[in-house]
Amino acid sequence: MEAQAARAGSRGSHWRHALESRRVLAILLIAPAVVFMVLVVGVPFVWAIYLSFTDAIGGSLSGNWVGFDNFASAWQDDNFRRALRNTFIFTLGSQAIVLVGAAVLSNFLVRDFRGKWIVRFLVVLPWAAPVVLSTITWLWLFDSLYSVANWTLARLHLDNALVWLLGAVNLEEGAQVPLQWLGRPNLALLAITVVHAWRILPFAVVIFIAGRASIPTEVEDASKIDGATGVKKLWYVDIPLQLPIALVAVLFGIVFTAADFGVVYILTHGGPFNATQVLPTWAYAIGIDSGSLGEGAAISLFLFPLLVVVSIGMLFFARRAQVS
Amino acid sequence: MTRREKGLTYAVVVPFAIFLAFPFYFALVTMFKTNLDLANVEHSPYLYNDLEGNFHWDFWNYATTEHVRFLFEDTNYPRWLLNTAIVGAAVVGITLLLALPAGYALARLAGRWGQGAGVAIFMVYLIPPTLLFLPLSRLITQLDLEDSLWALILIYPSFTVPFATWLLMGFFKTIPQELEDAALIDGASRLKAFGLIVLPISLPGILTVVIFAFSLCVNEFIYAFTLISSSEQRTVSAGIPNDLIRGDVFFWQSLMAAVLIPTIPLALLYNAFLDRFIKGFTGGAFR
Repeated sequence: MEAQAARAGSRGSHWRHALESRRVLAILLIAPAVVFMVLVVGVPFVWAIYLSFTDAIGGSLSGNWVGFDNFASAWQDDNFRRALRNTFIFTLGSQAIVLVGAAVLSNFLVRDFRGKWIVRFLVVLPWAAPVVLSTITWLWLFDSLYSVANWTLARLHLDNALVWLLGAVNLEEGAQVPLQWLGRPNLALLAITVVHAWRILPFAVVIFIAGRASIPTEVEDASKIDGATGVKKLWYVDIPLQLPIALVAVLFGIVFTAADFGVVYILTHGGPFNATQVLPTWAYAIGIDSGSLGEGAAISLFLFPLLVVVSIGMLFFARRAQVS
Repeated sequence: MTRREKGLTYAVVVPFAIFLAFPFYFALVTMFKTNLDLANVEHSPYLYNDLEGNFHWDFWNYATTEHVRFLFEDTNYPRWLLNTAIVGAAVVGITLLLALPAGYALARLAGRWGQGAGVAIFMVYLIPPTLLFLPLSRLITQLDLEDSLWALILIYPSFTVPFATWLLMGFFKTIPQELEDAALIDGASRLKAFGLIVLPISLPGILTVVIFAFSLCVNEFIYAFTLISSSEQRTVSAGIPNDLIRGDVFFWQSLMAAVLIPTIPLALLYNAFLDRFIKGFTGGAFR
């Protein structure tokens, strides 16, 4: 009895000892999170890759091995190519706007001015609002009949001028007043790009401000002493120091935009005539609506190379930021 | 700041604020519009008008709450709010259970490979649901979880856990090591030091994680949309576009009310916790 208790005691202290060892404890604490993520992310991901090589349909979880057929048939579809092109248009277009907008806005938002808190509240709104819901407000702004954009343009007598301009730059020929923002292919591409930029901008601004704050004040002082001012300071001091963190914000924006399903789905459902499809909505249309699970999985996997490139970029710039 | 600099600041900041907030102002106006006012394309959409399209300063007499009432009395909206709260709370609970220990271990115990492991976990956050929803939708059907909130509760931590682990790792790193060392010297175990010293100090950080993880759940669309097919089991993000937009018939006023109601509290919380969020978000990498 006593011996048993002693043994139990020594086993207990052995355990306690193990728990004090950094390595053992670290593994024990990290393991549940890792195991969980392998189950809910790793397994479905591998499964998606497997499905993309099969002819699985509808409600099944497996199918016959078909090699690269799904990738080939997806690639030969004009709608797929348009979806791929649109994914790039939305991602690059919106991030270009975001990069410029965030650089300008963050520069002014770090200053002290009266009413700063209300400005900040308004600026953060699009980020705080659930994406799908805020996109519905844009659906209303671009409504075919009641669009506030058209109402305002008409009141300012700019509507015909805009229609002429759209024709003159070959963006949208034959458009008519009132403009169908989401009903004409190129106009819809433009509208969706703006909505993406609108929703990512606040996040980028916030990260830019953080990047600005992380620059030690000594740098500011030193550049002042060295006589760096204006454009010179911007080019040699501000931009190089803020670039890494700014790029991290942009890389996030790229992932959030390229992989987004909700914005396009709510605004246009990929229409008119599949003109605004992106990879996620096209994968949905093929994989769920048409029931070609295998080909749908193949389409969504075309996003993967992009994500790998972004992740590598992120690691690289995060390290750069750390060094500086 | 000189007067000119001040003027320039407003000249830049105000247009940005208007552009970013405009859709919400517009939603606010729309949600109380009467049908006659809304349907007349001659009427200003920015304001409330009488039948002739004129604005009066007692504008509330020309507005109506009937569409907000419709939303709460004749749709499943209250149910969706409740579902969203249930899913959000359960997911936040699971997330903390998994991410608190992992974040702490990565910040303190894992040493040199901790940073690498932290980045690796964060990369999982970058694998988007759009890559995973097809196999997961079939998997959930096989598990007989389709049409159940459990499906969402099971899957949502897949993006909240990496996100929360990263943030918490950042927060834990900002806590001075000496505090824990003192407790360890006094004979406390590591776990005790974690529970009694680290956790209480990190409470603001943990609260930040709670808010942002919850908001990720409210935001999620594609899983809620593909995994849940009955209206009663939906969350707000999937329920509103599915049920309140029917073909060409739009209940615009009710839609705008449905959008604003969850947005406003989230926006207030974001603003209150924004600085802390940034500290944790950038603290993991940029230190």
